[in-house]
Formats: sequence, C-alpha cells, structure tokens
Amino acid sequence: MSTRDLVPILVFAAVAALLPVFVTANTWLNFAVFTLIICLAAQGWNILGGYGGQYSFGHAAFFGTAAYATAILQVRYGVNPYLGFGFGIAAAAVVGWIIGALSFRSGLRGSYFALVTLAFAEVFRVLANASEMTGGAAGILIRLDVRPENFQFASRATFYWIALALVVAALVVTRALERSRLGAQLVAVRENESAARALGVDALQVKLSAIALSAAITGAAGALYAQYFLYLDANIAYGTWISVEALLAPIIGGAGTVFGPVLGGIILHGLSEFTKSLVGRIPGVDLVIFGILLIVVVRFPPREIPGLIRMWRGRR
Amino acid sequence: MLNGLLTGAIYGLVALGLTLVYGVLHIINFAHGALLTLAMYAAFVAWKVFGLDPYVAILPLVPLFYLLGYGVQRYVIGPASRGEDSNILLVTLGLSIVIENMMLAIFRSDTLSVQVPYAMEVVELGPMLLGFPRVVGFGVAFVVALVLFVLLTMTDTGRAIRAVAKERTGAALVGINVNHVYAVTFGIGAACLAVAACLLLPFFYVSPRVGNAFVLVAFTIVVLGGMGSVPGALLGGLFIGVVESLSGLYFGDSLGQIGIFLIFILVLLFRPTGLFGAKA
Repeated sequence: MSTRDLVPILVFAAVAALLPVFVTANTWLNFAVFTLIICLAAQGWNILGGYGGQYSFGHAAFFGTAAYATAILQVRYGVNPYLGFGFGIAAAAVVGWIIGALSFRSGLRGSYFALVTLAFAEVFRVLANASEMTGGAAGILIRLDVRPENFQFASRATFYWIALALVVAALVVTRALERSRLGAQLVAVRENESAARALGVDALQVKLSAIALSAAITGAAGALYAQYFLYLDANIAYGTWISVEALLAPIIGGAGTVFGPVLGGIILHGLSEFTKSLVGRIPGVDLVIFGILLIVVVRFPPREIPGLIRMWRGRR
Repeated sequence: MLNGLLTGAIYGLVALGLTLVYGVLHIINFAHGALLTLAMYAAFVAWKVFGLDPYVAILPLVPLFYLLGYGVQRYVIGPASRGEDSNILLVTLGLSIVIENMMLAIFRSDTLSVQVPYAMEVVELGPMLLGFPRVVGFGVAFVVALVLFVLLTMTDTGRAIRAVAKERTGAALVGINVNHVYAVTFGIGAACLAVAACLLLPFFYVSPRVGNAFVLVAFTIVVLGGMGSVPGALLGGLFIGVVESLSGLYFGDSLGQIGIFLIFILVLLFRPTGLFGAKA
C-alpha cells in the first residue's frame, strides 16, 4: 500500500471531521453518528460479500454478539468499557470464524450460505430474547455515567469523531486488504472458486480469514451502537434490520470497492431523512424506497450508483 | 401434538409454493414470506370491506395472486436477475422489503384478526378436541397438494413445467416458452400462498411482519423435504409442525421456534439435498 492509496481516505476523513464545526444541532449529530455506525457495519459486510462474493444475510449475528458482549461485560462484571469494546470485537470475530468454519466446510455457497447465516442470526435472536444473561425481552441497559473513562461523553461531537475514526480505520484496512495477497486471493475465490483452487489458493482458509475480519468490523459497529445508545434488546442487536442495512449499503454504493459501503450508507440514510421530511412519519415509507432502489440498482448493470452515473455520463 | 400436525399441513402448503418455485426456477425466493403477508392482508380486506368469509375469499384471491405472481416474475424478477443467482437473491429481498413496508405504511404495525363464528368451534375426534379452522386447513392443504400433483403430472402445462425444471435449454429447443413457464410457476406458487393465507386467517393474526414467522419455517421444510419435491414439502411441513408444538411444550413458548432453526442449520450443514431429496 503506497501513500497515494491513502490520499482519498485522508481527504474524506478531513472533510468529514469538520462536520461538527458547522452542524451543532443534536438531532443532526445523532443522525450522523447513526449513519456512521451503519457505514461501519456495511464495511464489515463488504469484506466478505463485496470482495469475497459470499452474501451473508445474517451479519446481525456479529453486530449483536459484539454489542451484547460489550454491554454484559460492563453491566454484570464491571469490566472497563474500552476493554469490553475490544472483547466485543474479538467475540464477533470468533463467532464469524465458527459460523464460517461450519458453513464453508460443508461447502455452502450462494443462496444456501445466505440462508444459513440468516438462520444463525435468528437462533441468536431467539436465545438472546429468552436468556437471563441478556436481560431477556426487557433488554439490557448500560448505566448512564458520563465520564470519558466510561466511554460516555457529554458532547455528541466526541462520539461522532470516534465513530468517524473507526470508519476511517476500516477504510484503511479495506484498502490494505485490496493491496494484499489475501485480498487478491479473496477476489480470485469470488470470481471462480475452482480456478482459484487449481492455482493453489487455499479457498477455505481465505474465506475463513475474510469472514473473521468481516465479523470483527461489523462487531465494532455493534459495540459502538451499544455504547452510544446505552440500551439493547434482542430485536435491535440481532434483528433482521441490521443484516439488511449492512447488505444494502455496499450493494447500492458499490460492493467490493473501498468507498462503496460509506457512500451507500450516506445515500440510504440521506434519502430516508429526506422522505421523512417529505411525507412525515408514516412508518415504512423510507424502507419501501430502499427496496425499490435495491431492485432498480440490481436491474441495471453495473449494479451500483457510481457506476450508473458513469454510464449515464458516457452515453451523453 | 395433533394440533401441531394440523398446523404443519398449512406450513406444508406455504412450503409447497416455495419448493415449486425452487424446483423449476432454481431460485430461492426471499419474497415468499412477504407475499404470504400480502395475501393475508388481502383476505383481511375481503372480510372487512366486502364481508367475505375467508374460506369464500379463496375463490377470488387465487386467480388474483396467480396473476400477481405471474407479473412479478415476468416483469420484475426475470428481467432484473439476468440469470444470476446473487441478483435473484437481492431482487427478491428488495421485493420483500417493499411489500412488507407498504403493508406497514398502510395498515400500521397493529395486529389484526378476523372474527368468524366458527373460530372457536371444535371437532370431536374420539377423546380429542380439535380446532375447527385447523381441521379445515389440514383437509384443504391436502386437496391443494393433490390438485397440484395432478396438474404437474397430467396436463400439458405441468409437463412443460417439469421439462423446464429438468433441462431449460432442451425445453426451449422443443418450443417451450421458458420465460412464460417460469412466470406460470411463480404464479402457481403465489396462488398456493393465497390459499394458505385464507386458511390461516380464521385462527391467526395479521401483521406486516407475519410472513417472516413463516418464511424460515418454509425454508426449513423445503430443505428438509428436498428442494423441489412436492410430497417432500408436505411431509416436511407435517414434521415441522409437530417439532414446533413439541419444542414449544418442552422449552416454553419463547424458545419454541429454536428447534426449527436448529433443524434447519443441521440439515443445511449435513444434508443439503434434504431427507427425501435426490443426490445432488
């Protein structure tokens, strides 16, 4: 990875970091933090789905595991939140590796992989909803105690910068992956698994590394969510909504590209705020638009919004 | 246990549409649950606005959903997928998001249910008392499966469907319009859902997310029974219905569904061709 690779990322970081200087209203910062959390979860999905071509429909399993791990360690065992944050990410990576080992070893791919990941996420959701440890259906509340050493900040801007730092870190990781041997092997597996294996790529090992990394990044999003909102229940942590959001953003912004998930996340949430301001709070309308957008984007190759714009420009 | 068996027949009916679509189009239809939700709302509206009994509503809803399914496959899924597996996944996911949230926007998230005079009636069968709507559902599900079986084996359309399922290119070469057959199959799948919805309504609630409760169950049944197998779907449905009621009995209501998901994962991991399915 050369310094030239990092320039666009640094430009993005610098521009985005200035946002709280201009925007001070809490609702807007809330919206920005939430969008960044979704972007981070989507960046995780992008590693496995975008670069590896393994479409997971159950990234909630990783999001929720890290979120619950962070919350439970703090609330029940008094572990320092920063440490808990790290444990949460590690837990998500382990869960990712296990799910990957089970399903990739059995040779599941394509729709079957999507189905099995969806089922794993649902199992976690049902368990979390019933277990004592997670607070059951009532959920789990992290005690409000605003001190920096508690990973709780009085100003939303601080949180915004932390979320941004994580998104930027994920951008760098993604770029480094793109330039690495593992990244090249992952793309080879996506394009043609048998051919990649014939060339000596250990496809199973490559996919396992990818799913663990992918789960860790999406897990970071989950842990951040827990720390920001200070409340979790099974339908938030393991709900289908996060699996879907993590998948929609990269697909719409460009799967298998460094900036795709971030772009997609911003487009989706910008659009959703815009429709809310247009039609008021009718539940579901923004998601209808997401769904239509997804169908339209898939309908017309090259299947991503930046590509569509390039094509439209070329035609003129 | 027996109630589980009765509910299982309706699960089987839901899975029937899914397995048929999979067997012929080789696609996994994520919109299946959302289509069921749509059908249940349609049956609800038929009862609320037109005063139609859910069982009577089967008559108008079946052709309606056949046409809807036909149109969706022919004009949305078909062109958008361009034959790629991952595209179909995404398009059907998009469809399910659209349908589910349209229902949410129109009917809001409240659960609705119909009041019919026979909802609480019971049928005595020796020492057992069985809910009347469940018994009807059980019977009709088998009739539908039988009709479907006859349709597939005896009629020209059925032969064309089976030909396309086996060998798409060959079928196209002998003059079968493959896209038409795909859409017909999808239409039949949607029509099965319309029947299932009308059978469910007298003893089940409707909410925008109700289809989700069924869709993983239906997928489980389909992989259990062997993708694309009609008798497999029905047997798988009965089996899952029993498993659900038993695990609900032993683990309590909140964990009842976990048995289904575990079976699903285990079957996918160890025997993805299903218990009755052919070797891949």
